Amino acid sequence: MFGKKRVAIVGAGLTLFRRRLKETGKELSYEASKMALDAAGMELRDMQSVVLGTAPDAFDGVHMKGEYLADGAGAYRKPYTRVFVGGGTGVFTPLAGWWHVASGQFDSCLVVAEEKMSSCYPHPQYAFTTIFDPILERPLGMNLIWIFALEMHRYMHKHGIKKEDIARVSVKNKGNALDHPCAQLGAKITVEDVLNSEVMAWPVQRLDVSPTSDGGAALVLVSEDVAKEITDDPVWIDGAGWCIDSTLWTNRDLYYPDYVECAARMAYKMAGIKNPPKEIDLAEPYDPFDYKELHHMEGLLLCKKGEAPKLTAEGVTQRDGDLPINPSGGLLGVGNPIAAAGLMKVCEIFWQLRGEAGKRQIPGDPRTGLAQAWGDLMQYGSVIVLRR
Amino acid sequence: MSEKIKDYRGEALKSADFKEGRVPTEKCRPKAKFAWSAGIAIGRFLEELKKGKIIASTCSKCGRIMVPPRIYCENCFKPTDGWKYVKDTGTINTYSVSYLAADASRLKEPILVAIIDLDGASKNMGLIHKLGEVDKDEIKFGMKVKAVWKPKEERVGAITDIKYFKPIKEATP
Amino acid sequence: MSLDKITNPLHIRHWLGDMEADYIYTLGIAGEHFFKEIKENGRIMGAKCPRCNVVIVPPRMYCEKCFAKLEEWVDVGTKGTIHTFTVATIDVDGKKLKEPVIFALVKFERGCGGLIHKIGETKTKEVKIGMNVEAVFKPSFERKASINDIKYFKPTE
Repeated sequence: MFGKKRVAIVGAGLTLFRRRLKETGKELSYEASKMALDAAGMELRDMQSVVLGTAPDAFDGVHMKGEYLADGAGAYRKPYTRVFVGGGTGVFTPLAGWWHVASGQFDSCLVVAEEKMSSCYPHPQYAFTTIFDPILERPLGMNLIWIFALEMHRYMHKHGIKKEDIARVSVKNKGNALDHPCAQLGAKITVEDVLNSEVMAWPVQRLDVSPTSDGGAALVLVSEDVAKEITDDPVWIDGAGWCIDSTLWTNRDLYYPDYVECAARMAYKMAGIKNPPKEIDLAEPYDPFDYKELHHMEGLLLCKKGEAPKLTAEGVTQRDGDLPINPSGGLLGVGNPIAAAGLMKVCEIFWQLRGEAGKRQIPGDPRTGLAQAWGDLMQYGSVIVLRR
Repeated sequence: MSEKIKDYRGEALKSADFKEGRVPTEKCRPKAKFAWSAGIAIGRFLEELKKGKIIASTCSKCGRIMVPPRIYCENCFKPTDGWKYVKDTGTINTYSVSYLAADASRLKEPILVAIIDLDGASKNMGLIHKLGEVDKDEIKFGMKVKAVWKPKEERVGAITDIKYFKPIKEATP
Repeated sequence: MSLDKITNPLHIRHWLGDMEADYIYTLGIAGEHFFKEIKENGRIMGAKCPRCNVVIVPPRMYCEKCFAKLEEWVDVGTKGTIHTFTVATIDVDGKKLKEPVIFALVKFERGCGGLIHKIGETKTKEVKIGMNVEAVFKPSFERKASINDIKYFKPTE
């Protein structure tokens, strides 16, 4: 064990994920937070600290978004921190919550993630372009999809992967999401549907991509002492890892996410995991694009480099397979309100390990699960390992 | 969602709800304008582009020749200590055929975009740029390409002083 | 290599641009109720927290102190007092305004919180902290469910 105290998750909450929700960002934060507190049987006054994760201010269109959302996240007159590591934020937020409690400073922490991307209209794409270098990259007319297209193409080229090998991920995840009550894009589709969808930036097609969404998610974290008092069914945070690679993303070979491997190794070391594919019962790797699920499975050392498409084709990653991947439906199916989407994955592992995932429940008796998010300019990995 | 939770919060809206004014909203267009300082390394880089040259910075400790140039080596965390011209030729590391403009609007004629590993720079020192004078179906990984520069009088010290990279036709014997 | 003395970035090598994006904000669950009451009935509403026994203006769907869900709407009237004020003499671009504008935080007797708004029908020398004011609404056909449906607050005496 790392840290002074072992940390448990005792409650989780989630709002609907939709392209547009009427609720303000504050209201979404509140709904998710309140649901998580209710699930834990706790009150706001029981929370000694609050950590909020949310992506660029440019989506909500409110600067100092952390401060703006604070009251909805339950931070009124409490020690409060906003964290932001791009798309990696959703999984990094509970990691930040973890160290609040693991350090011994607090016995409880409310962890909240929110995104309201519909404020930026007609489409948040344009806000995304401002993440690029303003001098060397933006003058070329960059679109965010380009970096994914370039990375996906390199990955396909390196291992000789075909588009249909990748499309299966989208088919699986959108299908899984049919069983998720919060899902935005659950659907029964075929590989052909993906291959026939609009070409956005080759090799990226419409159905390879997750949507933009509004939504909120939350977790209640407590120390071991508190957990023992309030629940028979805690889920422990046993592994935490995070890592960033160079910002000069064109200076790397994009076929493999080294930074994800680095974050995974850190989390596995803490959790005492020696053989990840054998010891991990299910995983929720970050899947804003279908190839990203495969890319991240490899970075997480859940299979060899270039082997993830084969496992997917063989059905290993289905809910009833040997290594269920994204049983929630992932970002491709449930939706992608950036920070909230990452935290949704942690909520899913929490519910799966407690046997509360309903129609999505994977068979067997899962004891160890992993969630991972990715972000920034092809450079950030955050990994959490949960155990029952 | 936990099967224990029965009520999922959130009131979904359609884009027509906005367009037809069924939902009251506030609109805003921020007016901020920026003048980004080019800095030391990129300032020099842009100056050289204006002259039709591509310059790298070098680190004597790890020996890397780095493009785009920087004043510090992020690996060794020491100042770079030299400048070196690299060639305006290179190979395609990866590429995409984009039907999306920056604002996500759709294009009839795609933009061809590639990461190009420049000759004379260290491994994987790619530059992102456009490709031209090539059909989208002819582009290949590992293809040799060369910069097509704007005429000297039109160059202003910008990444767009290079119009695009075009394939180098193999000389026929 | 100090650039201390250069205060205008246009005097060094630079690249111009903006962060072009348009925004459309929903008013939210509580906000929509608040602004619809202003638009349709010319009423200023608060939300009552049954646990803390306070009325919060403008209303929210939750109490930030105890996290109770707020569902009881209370009309707090259109009259309040100036809690504090400032006199603006320049606009958002830093240009001199023709006429100074008074901005105040107006508090209501029945509610905690308050509204930031303009003060009209008075002079900058006459406005005072503690002054009683009341909302002056635009005619109902001009109202759009916006904070500007209230033209300003004016002194009552």
